[in-house]
Amino acid sequence: MKPFIRHEGVAAVLPRDNIDTDAIIPSREMRTVSRSGLADGLFAPWRYTDPDARAADSDFVLNQAEFSGASVLIAGHNFGCGSSREHAVWALMEYGFRVVLATSFATIFRNNALRNGLLTIQLAPDQIDRISAWVRRDPQANQPRIDLEACSIQTDPAAEAVPFQIEANAREMLLKGLDEIGLTEQSLDAIAAFEVRDRALRPWVYLTG
Amino acid sequence: MGQTLFDKLWQVHEVEALAEGQSLLYVDRIFLHERTGSVALNSLLDRNRSVRRREHAFCTMDHIVDTLPGRGDETLMPSGRDFIVATRSAAQEMDIRLFDIQDPDQGIVHVISPELGIALPGLSLICPDSHTCTLGGLGALAWGVGSTEAEHALATSTLRVARPQTMRVHFSGTLPAQATAKDLILYTIRELSAAGGAGCAIEFSGRAIEQLPVESRLTLCNMSTELSAFTGLIAPDEKTIEYCHGRRFAPEGDAWSQAIEHWRSLQTDPDATFDFEHHLSVDNLKPQISWGTSPQHCIDWDGSVPRIADAPDDASAAAWRQAQDYMGVTGGTRLSDYPLDAAFIGSCTNSRLSDLRLAAAFLNRTGQRVAKGVKALCVPGSGQVKRAAEAEGLDEIFRGAGFEWREPGCSMCFFAGGESFGQEVRVASTTNRNFEGRQGLGVRTHIASPLTVVASACAGYLLADTPVVDTAA
Ligand code: SF4
Repeated sequence: MKPFIRHEGVAAVLPRDNIDTDAIIPSREMRTVSRSGLADGLFAPWRYTDPDARAADSDFVLNQAEFSGASVLIAGHNFGCGSSREHAVWALMEYGFRVVLATSFATIFRNNALRNGLLTIQLAPDQIDRISAWVRRDPQANQPRIDLEACSIQTDPAAEAVPFQIEANAREMLLKGLDEIGLTEQSLDAIAAFEVRDRALRPWVYLTG
Repeated sequence: MGQTLFDKLWQVHEVEALAEGQSLLYVDRIFLHERTGSVALNSLLDRNRSVRRREHAFCTMDHIVDTLPGRGDETLMPSGRDFIVATRSAAQEMDIRLFDIQDPDQGIVHVISPELGIALPGLSLICPDSHTCTLGGLGALAWGVGSTEAEHALATSTLRVARPQTMRVHFSGTLPAQATAKDLILYTIRELSAAGGAGCAIEFSGRAIEQLPVESRLTLCNMSTELSAFTGLIAPDEKTIEYCHGRRFAPEGDAWSQAIEHWRSLQTDPDATFDFEHHLSVDNLKPQISWGTSPQHCIDWDGSVPRIADAPDDASAAAWRQAQDYMGVTGGTRLSDYPLDAAFIGSCTNSRLSDLRLAAAFLNRTGQRVAKGVKALCVPGSGQVKRAAEAEGLDEIFRGAGFEWREPGCSMCFFAGGESFGQEVRVASTTNRNFEGRQGLGVRTHIASPLTVVASACAGYLLADTPVVDTAA
């Protein structure tokens, strides 16, 4: 996984609540048995007036010139709810997003994001509003700078950086680009010992062949 | 201090505590399907990792496979075959038990997992699918994960999980005859909101729950994810034990006795506390139908679509406007004002034998047929459900009334890219999600119980089956 230390980029403002993973990447856009080939389908229901013909809807934020090259997404509450499809994260990242700022996230989405190096930051509604307003004034010039080491978001150089919180282990995973499976493999002995204890307690759990 | 059911399940599965409230949890069962499981298996193969306990991993074909009679590897979804073939070969290579298309036990993952005794009370079970919470209806600790986490569980038999907060939703009163478990959960989402259980392990309790048959408990817990919950749970009781007895992968003999002794201990202690508690009365619960594009957009079947002017805040007003535009409904109207184009009975929410019996009994009792111009489908959740229904003659009743009778699978619960209802087609559906485009581009989904769906299919517009006529006397 690619480490995440800091990132500065154009932010796209999508001020909706409950943006579900069907909207982020509709099932029909998940055409292959792989993690790639998804960027074109990102937000397809909103991005295109006709998804099959890929006819762009000029009202949608990602189709507006001032937001071109966006790599930070700003949204409302419960971002990523619905289907557990990790494709939502893969599609966002393939498109170029590295950070999502929202007032809250659905748990599975957040977990998936973390495991792929997509930083999700939960902020208070007024913080989101302030950052969105600043970005909108001139999206190409007003690019937020997200620093995971310092846990802060720098927006307006005249203003104070916005601090954010993230669990220490999630932060470390992102900063180091750790593979979680590799991490857990260090506990294989503990897992085997657990099974010995547990088998005595719950023998009915362990199937054979 | 006492422990909640969730606390007990967590404790039993904790291999070790990690930092910051995270634990390494033991995963007893892993279920995969061809839509997302294929990616997890392939990725494992690519990285030269193996499945740590292949006997605890299972796989089915349900999402992409067609449900038309005579189906095979070819699908209406253009690249569907690739998923099917990739899943089959990865499952073979990993030596995982696969319920393939022709397997008599094939079906929707969350329907076959309790049916086969793969999900049991007290087990932890994960699946790269958000409706895995269905199995909490048995008292299993079951939750949906992404593909990378599924890969982690396959490789290590564990997951690193942040301990969720706990919530209890207590239902007082008795469910009226016309209200089903589906109406109960839709009403709960309407009351608590689509984010009302965010990240929580929710225990559903109360007399209304105790009275529910096991299949209805599965329906109820199925939509915990529509509350944005980590999972839903119902304490196992004697009904649950009876339900599990004799299932294909359930324990037998001494192991069975040990299992049920353990299951009986899986109750919330009287002095246990939850992070959040809600109390809802169900005595006057009416059948619920969704009008919008979030599961929280539900109303009583005879209620009015809300007016945007009545929205509590700007954000809701915007969401309601967008939802009403998409659904082609207007505030102040009733859902019965709009002609229905299609009806769908199926999905991991409502495709079990009891659901099909309920709908078929309506057709039998009223002698009604599907209204002219309405496309109606009944898709049993599994091979077992289908055979049992056919043995009772339910297929004849459905067919006779104008329903298509399909092969088991997810079918048009979601749009995989193949079969769909069509733009602006209004569907009464027993499924769990009414998001924009969920059942196909521009499809207008109204979620409801099987009873409401079958009654609506026959009427040609949305209504509930309420034989007791209220007079304006
Ligand atoms: S029936 Fe629908 S909700 Fe259930 S697993 Fe299949 S696609 Fe998902």
